[in-house]
Amino acid sequence: MKLKLATLALSALMAAAPAMAELVYPSLSYRTGPYAAGGIPFADGYADYFTLLNERDGGIGGVKAKVLECETGYSTEKGVECYESTKGEGALVYQPLSTGITYQLIPKVTADGIPMHTMGYGRTSAANGKVFSNVFNYPANYWNGASLAINHLLDINGGDIKGKKVALVYHNSAYGKEPIRTLEELAKKHGFELSLLAVDHPGQEQKSQWLQIRREKPDYVLMWGWGVMNQVAIQEAVNIRFPMENFIGIWWSGSENDVLPAGDAANGYKAVTFHNVGNDFPVFDDIQKYVVDTGKAAGAGDQIGTVLYNRGLYAAMLAAEATRKAQELSGNAQITAADMRNGMEALEITEERMTELGMPGFGPSFKVSCANHGGPGTGAIQQWDAAAKEWKLISDFGPSDMEVIQPLIDEDSMAYAKENNITPRDCN
Amino acid sequence: MLYREAGDFKTSYAEDNQTFPIKFDRYAYYLLLVAAFGVVPFFINDYWANAVLVPFLIYAIATIGLNILIGYCGQLSLGTGGFMAVGAFASYKLMTAFPEVSIIVHILLAGGITALVGMAFGLPSLRIKGFYLAVATLAAQFFLVWLFNRVPWFYNYSASGQISAPERSVFGINVTGPNVDAWAQYMVCLVFVFASAWLARNLTRGTMGRSWMAIRDMDIAAEIIGVNPLKAKLTAFAVSSFFIGIAGALLFTVYLGAAEVGEAFGIQKSFLVLFMVIIGGLGSIFGSFAGAAFMVLLPVLLKNVLVGGMNWPTDVAAHFQFVIVGALIIAFLILEPHGLAQLWRVAKEKLRLWPFPH
Repeated sequence: MKLKLATLALSALMAAAPAMAELVYPSLSYRTGPYAAGGIPFADGYADYFTLLNERDGGIGGVKAKVLECETGYSTEKGVECYESTKGEGALVYQPLSTGITYQLIPKVTADGIPMHTMGYGRTSAANGKVFSNVFNYPANYWNGASLAINHLLDINGGDIKGKKVALVYHNSAYGKEPIRTLEELAKKHGFELSLLAVDHPGQEQKSQWLQIRREKPDYVLMWGWGVMNQVAIQEAVNIRFPMENFIGIWWSGSENDVLPAGDAANGYKAVTFHNVGNDFPVFDDIQKYVVDTGKAAGAGDQIGTVLYNRGLYAAMLAAEATRKAQELSGNAQITAADMRNGMEALEITEERMTELGMPGFGPSFKVSCANHGGPGTGAIQQWDAAAKEWKLISDFGPSDMEVIQPLIDEDSMAYAKENNITPRDCN
Repeated sequence: MLYREAGDFKTSYAEDNQTFPIKFDRYAYYLLLVAAFGVVPFFINDYWANAVLVPFLIYAIATIGLNILIGYCGQLSLGTGGFMAVGAFASYKLMTAFPEVSIIVHILLAGGITALVGMAFGLPSLRIKGFYLAVATLAAQFFLVWLFNRVPWFYNYSASGQISAPERSVFGINVTGPNVDAWAQYMVCLVFVFASAWLARNLTRGTMGRSWMAIRDMDIAAEIIGVNPLKAKLTAFAVSSFFIGIAGALLFTVYLGAAEVGEAFGIQKSFLVLFMVIIGGLGSIFGSFAGAAFMVLLPVLLKNVLVGGMNWPTDVAAHFQFVIVGALIIAFLILEPHGLAQLWRVAKEKLRLWPFPH
């Protein structure tokens, strides 16, 4: 009872704090637990970009941005708690960086009228804006990723992978299971054999899966892993001497943290990506000047320029641009979550705009629309150079096979609409 | 002074045997009920329901369930997470297969199904005891999670293996799905908690509870005086699993709304509920509530104090939370191995005599 009273007093105190004019971006981060290696750089990048905007430009449209961090530990229950505790503070957009939490929040954000951006994760069929009014997953989703990986295999095999054996090593959760449907369709279309190997949370134990790979000798291995699972998988692949250039991860399995533990043996490992790599962009000079040198960098400040830091930065950039669009549409500098949703739906990212922001060629140029919340779905392949300790793009940003993906998106989103009695919006 | 028995005369056996024989206790209990049913629903908001009260109430049911098994019958179980998953998946299958039937019925049926599964996994308890039984129930935990991940029928062949609760209502008021009001969520859980606690309290005071306790204290002696171990142990597993199943069903339908078996009902859930039982106090209904409150509220409180009040970085606060909760658990186990319930009992004894020391 005492505890309850104390919490009551405390939350009353917090609720009573005066609301200042600011744009609130909750960051449901995870800096602890088995997925922290991925959560930390993303959260740092997300926070640093808003710090940069505040320091350099005085906020967005003259209003300061505020990043509200809440630790989820990748746990859905804590994710719910974080959502409830931050939504009352004027949250504009949620980016939970967890497919499990995304599934939980989709109905909640829709009921509360707050947009959610799940960049490259979450529920793939949310790309259908007619059904998922408040959920966005531009510029690319898992099914694009699966198709991009297969496209790469087609490229290196001269367009024919008939009869090849492809194994998918996946995190046994909603996240890992997402690409299976698409890969099955693609297997039918291109005539390759697909075998599925599930790895249970958190993924430290993969001996049996890799033993099976050693026995079945697939030509290629795809991986849908996250957190500690990635490093273990790459180490196991090294142990069975699986050729690294035939091992392709999704974008969540392609960061420095994943390949560094295996040392030189990880050389040649590939991953799909939907944004550029490295820190050779003008925006990083500004980050150095306004954020790092002033001592305002988030976290330990040692992640700048890593793959996942860049992804956090990119997510923040898209959120900031959507905010600008929303300010323009609504005519107010202090926007609401509903304005933000409209801004995200009208978002247009052009090459000129990205150059202006100091990120030329950082991601694709695209336009979001009422019906398409999924963006263009383009991506490239990056490869690890163990000697130089850096990722290099080895292909251009190419399209994915929307011929296969679009029907799947329509089917899955319509099934969701039917289950939940949602009438698809009219988008014309 | 305030808390005393003097002048509180009992004239019948029923009065003498009631749950709260002391007037002051009884009135406090009535007051709590009035507050819980009549006051809180009018003031509750989304944050309080979702972050604090609903999880507390749901874990209280699970803790009562596990406390019957461990605290009253002495059968150590590590399968709680798996049994909660049975409740969740049973309620999901029932909700989607029979949408016209009330959700309350589905939750009760989910409890019943879990009771059957619990009895099946309780069978080894007739042969093995203590740590060995813990290992057998641990197998149940892993088997059940594996099963719900492996067989697509359980999650209606959805692509991601996630289950999500469709919208259902009680008396025309939504209790599941996104458009649910905080008070409705809270009331559903509260009704289940009240009924479970009342049922559990009365079961443990009756013949069944006595036979459980006889088995717990010394099973051979109990058998000699005529307690049937098969019946006692299996009823304990059934009743315990029934409550745990209800808790799992509520956790999925009312609280989370969507669940993934490995994440929501993994081994860490089994340990969490076990800690609640141990910290709250073995063999006590009040202890079940105290333990659940301790494990659910303390992290939220610490988070609010450290991050909200003192502006610490979230990761440092999260790590400190482990340190503080861990240290408190160790301190409790050393200073008061019988848990919060015993602490409360001692406090009551002291209060009865206060202000006179003897």
